[in-house]
Amino acid sequence: MTVAAAFFYLFSIIMLASAFMVIAARNPVHSVLFLILVFVNAAGLFILAGAEFLAMILVVVYVGAVAVLFLFVVMMLDVDFAELKQGFLQYLPLGALIGIVVAIELIMVLGGWTAAPGIKATNAPQITALSNTEALGLVLYTRHVYFFQAAGLVLLTAMIGAIVLTLHHKPGVKRQDISQQNARTREEAVEVRKVPSRTGV
Amino acid sequence: MTPLSFALAHSLPEIVLAIGALVLLMMGALRRPKGDWIISECAIALLGLAALSMLFQVGPTAIIWDGAFIDDAFARFMKFLALGGAMVSLILSREFMAREQIDFFEFPILVLLATLGMLMLISAQSLIALYLGLELMSLALYVIAAFHRTNLRASEAGLKYFVLGALSSGMLLYGASLLYGFAGTVSFTGIGEALKGGPSIGVVFGLVFVMAGLAFKMSVVPFHMWTPDVYEGAPTPVTTFFASAAKMAAVAITVRIVMTAFPGMKLQWQQIVVFISILSMAIGAFGAIGQTNIKRLMAYSSIGHMGFALVGLAAGTEQGVFGVLVYMAIYLAMTLGTFAVILSMRVGNTYVENIGDLAGLSRNHKFMAFVMAMMMFSLAGIPPLAGFFAKWYVFLAAIKANLYWLAVIGMLASVVSAFYYLRVIKIMYLDEPARPFEKANWEVSAIVALGGLFVVLFWVYPAPLVNAASLAAKSLF
Repeated sequence: MTVAAAFFYLFSIIMLASAFMVIAARNPVHSVLFLILVFVNAAGLFILAGAEFLAMILVVVYVGAVAVLFLFVVMMLDVDFAELKQGFLQYLPLGALIGIVVAIELIMVLGGWTAAPGIKATNAPQITALSNTEALGLVLYTRHVYFFQAAGLVLLTAMIGAIVLTLHHKPGVKRQDISQQNARTREEAVEVRKVPSRTGV
Repeated sequence: MTPLSFALAHSLPEIVLAIGALVLLMMGALRRPKGDWIISECAIALLGLAALSMLFQVGPTAIIWDGAFIDDAFARFMKFLALGGAMVSLILSREFMAREQIDFFEFPILVLLATLGMLMLISAQSLIALYLGLELMSLALYVIAAFHRTNLRASEAGLKYFVLGALSSGMLLYGASLLYGFAGTVSFTGIGEALKGGPSIGVVFGLVFVMAGLAFKMSVVPFHMWTPDVYEGAPTPVTTFFASAAKMAAVAITVRIVMTAFPGMKLQWQQIVVFISILSMAIGAFGAIGQTNIKRLMAYSSIGHMGFALVGLAAGTEQGVFGVLVYMAIYLAMTLGTFAVILSMRVGNTYVENIGDLAGLSRNHKFMAFVMAMMMFSLAGIPPLAGFFAKWYVFLAAIKANLYWLAVIGMLASVVSAFYYLRVIKIMYLDEPARPFEKANWEVSAIVALGGLFVVLFWVYPAPLVNAASLAAKSLF
């Protein structure tokens, strides 16, 4: 057994086990942590497959952003998970159905089924001299600069939209103004009083 | 000329809008609250600048940005319409937004970004460019639909539009992935080349899903369900924007993808276009009869008009595309004129939108009532108004393409729809006067006057529009 195969089984077993724990764990925070473990192991599998860029993106986006967002939601919203899990078993048939569909798809792919025999497969070019990241970097800002910029504008629009629709400026809220804080002098901040004994301020 | 400056020169309007929107965003974010008027003015000026910059683009068809973007006469024609629609919507929005106290600086910027998305959509030459343009447009539209966020109906409109729009984007992407899988390329011309030898069942699936996604954006039956609710709930200037500029972009990309990517599949897409065209004309005609809210009425009217425009596309000929282009230009003028009248329906400090509120308009505002009557006659397609010629060109193309029965159904639907247009005129001229409206400000009045002038006098000098449209239609073939 080669080292790569050993790591493949290691990552796969941990991934499957923690994927099961995501739905089996009682504590929702534990579920999210197991989800992060799933993502990290999937990233490991991607590295074994030679897709190092996907692996890093998976860690950065899913672990760094999505899972942390889940954690925030779980911790900040008062969701009664015990109640949510009440009807857990009644969805089992639906879940089983989806599982069967995915299994059939896997068998069809592995069994060499082709949707359109006449169409020749457009394989990705075999680039051996370059790593994934280098190959992406070569075209992302040159050939595909239009798509890159357009996607940037879409994200900007999403950000503006989120702010417009949710940010409420409440009057009378005290905000920190650092320049004002720094401009304070001793004279206006401190008041020295002579306090006569037994009377108080 | 180096390739980069060549590409920049051919995407000048997009660059103007993109950089302008970013600059205005910085201006808005760094400026003190209040005094928002300057952003709106700047945005209107930017849209005008973008339209002006297209006057310098007279060269032949250019495909730039690695085959993702096309600059041809068709794109220029539709971009002019989209920019015009956006500009008029922004001009009309100023007083409304101020009175409803939602005149935040983000609104003109979101309109600019949506318009940028429309221009990118109109010029899209590959599936990726199509999707990015569509999402940029739609995302900004979802937000401005819910822009009046303290208003329950506006929030409902925004949410409904967002959820259904996300679904339609999903369908479009699914279709696009099938097309890419079977054709092996994302470029429209490449797909057209690859699918020359008769389509397989997978390609037809892809075509149907892509058409479904685009039909949602055009709001044609059976993907029209959101239209009346969103049109009614959204702030009226936003509805104006939806009914004018957004429609131009959606129709433009549908015509382009059908004509450049599926020329070998005419039998397949023609069935779809005929089907949605007939259903839209029918639902547009019958659905509007019972409406009491004028914005809902205009929603059904726009569904019906998209059906009429698609009659031209169903013909699948150069003449048909020409008909669609003329139809969209005239529809734009009629919609903007009608919405300018709707935006002057103000009693005291509140905007009203019931058809009954128009009662007696002829006695209080003679000119406004006259223009509204002309708009309604034109929307119904009564000669010699502009709306008649719009229908004339698309039906002529359908008859030349031997789609006699489609033209007959269109004319019947046109007769049915005349009922509710005429009812508006009857309410304005014959009913007991309701409370009179306040006097509209000069911008709204000017747009009402311009719209009326175009609709009434189009037959005197149609040459500029007809010439431009025939040039644009030619560039697709």
